Amino acid sequence: MKTLLKFLVVAAALGLTPAAATAQQDSNAAPQAAASQTAPAGEAAKKAIDPIDHAKPEAGIGMPDGRMGFQNQYTAIGEDALWFHDKMLMPIITIISLFVLGLLLWVIIRYRRAANPVPSRTSHNTLIEVLWTLIPVLILAAIAIPSIQLLAAQYAFPKADITIKAIGNQWYWTYQYPDNGDFEIVSNILSDEEDKKRGEPRLLGVDERMVVPAGAVVKMIVTSNDVVHSWGVPAFWTKMDAVPGRLNETWFKVDRPGLYYGQCFELCGARHGFMPIAVEVVPPAKFAEWVAYKGGTMPGAVKPTSSDATVNSPIANPPPATVAAHEATEASPAPPAVVDATATAPVSAPKAMDLSRSDTH
Amino acid sequence: MTDTTANASHFETAHAHDHHDDADHKPGFFVRWFMSTNHKDIGTLYLIFAITAGIIGGTFSGMMRLELAQPGIQYLPMWSTWFGDSGSPDEALHMWNVLITSHGLIMVFFMVMPAMIGGFGNWFVPLMIGAPDMAFPRMNNISFWLLVPSFLLLLGSTMVPGGTGNGAGTGWTVYPPLSTSGSPGPAVDMAIFSLHLAGASSILGAVNFITTIFNMRAPGMTLHKMPLFVWSILVTAFLLLLALPVLAGAITMLLTDRNFGTAFFDASNGGDPLLYQHLFWFFGHPEVYIMILPGFGMISQIVSTFSRKPVFGYLGMAYAMVAIGVVGFIVWAHHMFLVGLDKNTKMYFTAATMVIAVPTGIKIFSWIATMWGGSLSFKTPMLWAIGFIFMFTVGGVTGVVLANGGIDNNVHDTYYVVAHFHYVLSLGAVFSLFAGFSYWFPKMSGRMQSELLGQLHFWLFFIGVNILFFPMHFLGMDGMQRRVPDYNDAFSYWNHFASSGFILVLAGMAFFFINLFWSLFAGKKAPDNPWGDGARTLEWTLPSPPPYHQFSTLPRID
Repeated sequence: MKTLLKFLVVAAALGLTPAAATAQQDSNAAPQAAASQTAPAGEAAKKAIDPIDHAKPEAGIGMPDGRMGFQNQYTAIGEDALWFHDKMLMPIITIISLFVLGLLLWVIIRYRRAANPVPSRTSHNTLIEVLWTLIPVLILAAIAIPSIQLLAAQYAFPKADITIKAIGNQWYWTYQYPDNGDFEIVSNILSDEEDKKRGEPRLLGVDERMVVPAGAVVKMIVTSNDVVHSWGVPAFWTKMDAVPGRLNETWFKVDRPGLYYGQCFELCGARHGFMPIAVEVVPPAKFAEWVAYKGGTMPGAVKPTSSDATVNSPIANPPPATVAAHEATEASPAPPAVVDATATAPVSAPKAMDLSRSDTH
Repeated sequence: MTDTTANASHFETAHAHDHHDDADHKPGFFVRWFMSTNHKDIGTLYLIFAITAGIIGGTFSGMMRLELAQPGIQYLPMWSTWFGDSGSPDEALHMWNVLITSHGLIMVFFMVMPAMIGGFGNWFVPLMIGAPDMAFPRMNNISFWLLVPSFLLLLGSTMVPGGTGNGAGTGWTVYPPLSTSGSPGPAVDMAIFSLHLAGASSILGAVNFITTIFNMRAPGMTLHKMPLFVWSILVTAFLLLLALPVLAGAITMLLTDRNFGTAFFDASNGGDPLLYQHLFWFFGHPEVYIMILPGFGMISQIVSTFSRKPVFGYLGMAYAMVAIGVVGFIVWAHHMFLVGLDKNTKMYFTAATMVIAVPTGIKIFSWIATMWGGSLSFKTPMLWAIGFIFMFTVGGVTGVVLANGGIDNNVHDTYYVVAHFHYVLSLGAVFSLFAGFSYWFPKMSGRMQSELLGQLHFWLFFIGVNILFFPMHFLGMDGMQRRVPDYNDAFSYWNHFASSGFILVLAGMAFFFINLFWSLFAGKKAPDNPWGDGARTLEWTLPSPPPYHQFSTLPRID
C-alpha cells in the first residue's frame, strides 16, 4: 500500500497521472479479441508499409543459449549484479560447499571404524563453537555490503528519458507510450511456424516488439489487467511483478542496439509460458521513426491528430513535417517545458552507442 | 486410555503369564486401525499414508519430467483427457498447472509433513521421552483421519472444472486473482477445503505434541536432556501452531472472495492481491522450516548413533533450531522481492534472510564435529545422513544467493529457485526421511532391512536427484521461468539431462519398495538395539517392535 502510494505520488509529481489513467481506460476498453491471435493478412499488409529495419535476433545475445550461467548483461546494473554473483557469491558458496565436502570426506576416511575403533567422548569446545558462529557472520556481512549497495543502485532511479507502461493480460503484453502520444501496441506470441519464417527463437518471438531508444533511461510502469504477471528481461537484470491495482515501477538503460527477449515470470494461467517479451533497442533517430509510424509523437513535436492510435491504426508514414519536427527536437537539447518535463526526448547523443551493428542488419 | 475391549478372559490370560502384562493386548483389526488411539499405530498409519501420497506426488513429478524431456508439448493433451478434459490445447496447458499444483501440495502437506511429524513424531516422541503414549490419544486419531478426506478432496479437485480445464491450476501458493476470478469452478474451492482440513489436522497434532513434550517426560528428563529429535518436533509444533492459523485465515478469505462477494484480494473493489501474498508467506516461510526441522532432529540422532559419540554442542544444536524457528517468522517477504516492495523493506528482508545461514551453519558444523573423533560405521541410515549434510549445504548456499534482493531480480521465479528448494527438500527433507525410515525400521517392524538393497537405494537416488536438480541452476540462470510445460530450444539440453536423472530416481525407489516388502516378510528379526552402543535414546531400550503399551513403569533419567 505504501509503495503504491509512493508510486502515485511520484507519478503525480512527474505529471504522469493523467496519461497513465487514460492508458488504463484505453487498455480496459481494448477488446480482448483484438489481441488474442495474430491476423496473418493484416500482418503482411503492415509489413509492407513498416518503414523500420527491425533488428534480427543474435545468437547468445539477449536470449538463452543453454549455457551454465547468466546471460550476458547489457545494463550497468546487470553488469554490477553479474560481477557480484560471478566474482563474489559464486566463489564464496563454492568454497563453502567444497570445504564442507572436504571435512566430510576427511572424517569419513580418518574416523571410519577400522581406522578409529575407540571414539572420543568430546562433545564441547567453546572456542570452535564461537568460531563457527562468528566466521559465518563475518562472511555474511561481507556479502551484505555489496548486496545492499546493489539494491540501492537498483532503486536509484535516474531521471527518466522515456516512460513505457507494460500491462500484463492473459496471455499477452500491451505497451503504452505516454510520452509519445500515448499510443499502445499489443504484443502477442508468434506461432512456431511464424518464428521459423522470421528467424525468431521459438516461444520468444512476438508480433509487435517493445521498441526503446538506445542510451535512454527507460522507466517501466508495470501493471496488470487481470491476474498477477511478471515482466522480466534476463539480459537487463530487470524483472517486476505486474499486479492488478498497482503501478510498479522499474527502470533500465541499454546502450547497445539489439534485440533482447524475456518472458512472463509469474504463473498466470494456462498460457503462462506463452507470453514472451521482446525488447528492441534502436538508435534514437530510428526510434523517432518508429514512433511516427505507430502514430505517436516525440516530446516537443507537434501533437498528433489522434492520441488513441494503436497497433491497428491505419496511420502509415507520418507527414514529412512531423519527421522534420523530430529532428529539430533532437538537435535542441531543451524541449519546451510545457510539453512534458519528464521526457526530455531520447538523450541527444548516447556515448557508448554501437550504431554500426544495427546498421548492418 | 485406549481400547475398551478388556474382559474377564483377558485378565485370566494376564494372570497366567504375569511377566507378559496385559498392556500388550491388541484390539481387533478394525478397532485397532480405524479407531486407533495408540501412538505407534497412528504413526504407522501416517507413514503408510505418506508413502501412498509420495507415490502419487512422485508420479506427477515423473509426468512433468517426461513432458519436459524435450521441447514442445507431447503428453499433456492425452493426460488432460484422463482427468475428464477434451484434450484441447488450452486444457492441455491447464493440465500442466494442475500437475505442478498437485505435486507441490501433495509433497508438502501429504508426504513430508505426515511422514515427519505424524509418522516419526508420533512413533518416537513418546518413546524418546519415556511416555506411555501421546497426551491426547483421541485427538491424535482425528488428526490422522482429517488428513484422509483432505487428501481425497485434493485428488478430487483434479477431476472437476477449475477454469481453463479440470483441476486447480493455481500453483501451491494459490495466488489471487488467478485463484479467485481467474479460476471459476469448484476445483479451487475443493483445494481450499483440502488445505483447511490438512491445516486443522496439523494444528491438532501440534497441540498434542506440545502438551506431550511439556507434560509427559519421564522423571529426570529435563528439557535440556531431551533427544534433539524431540526438540525438533517441539519447535516444529510451535511453528505449526503459529503459522497455520494465518494460512487458514488467508484461504478462508480466498473462499469468501470466490463465493460470497467479498473483496479482500480484489483490487477493483478496494482489496489488495498482495495482502494474500503476505499472509501466505507469513505461513509459507515457517512452513519450509516445518518441513526440514524434524529432519535436522533425525540427522542428529543418526549421526550420533553411527559415530558412537554424543552429539557435539547439544545446547547449541537445540537453540539453533529455536533460532531458525524464530527468525523463520520474519523473513517471509523474500518470496515477494518483485511485487513492488520499497527499498528499505527489500534491504531488511535481504539482511534478515541471510541471518538464517548462521544457525544453519552451526548445525552443519556440529554434525561434522560429532563425527570428528568418532568411530564411524556406514550403514544405510548414516549414508543418508551424510548425503543430507552435503546436499543441504548446497541447497543452503544457493539460498544465500537468493537472499540477495539485487540478485533475486534476475533469478526470481526461474528454475534456479526450483533447484534451490529441491536441494533443501528433495535432497534435504526427503533424505532425512529415508535416513529416519531405515534407522527406525527395525524398531518399528521388528525386522532388519537388507543393507545391500538399502545402499543401492541410496546410491541410485543420490546420483539420480543430483542429475535431476543440479542442471536446474543452469536453466534458471539462463532465464528459464518456473511453471512452464514448454521452453525455448536452448533449454533442451539441460532439461533432457535433468529428466534422465528421474530414471535413476525411479530405479532407486524400486529398491526401496523391494527392500520394504522383502524385509517385512523375510527380514532378520531385529534385536532391541541393532545399532550398537552409539544408539543411546530410550526407544532402543525397548523390544523391537515395542510392546503395544510401553513404559507402564516410567523410566528414570539421571
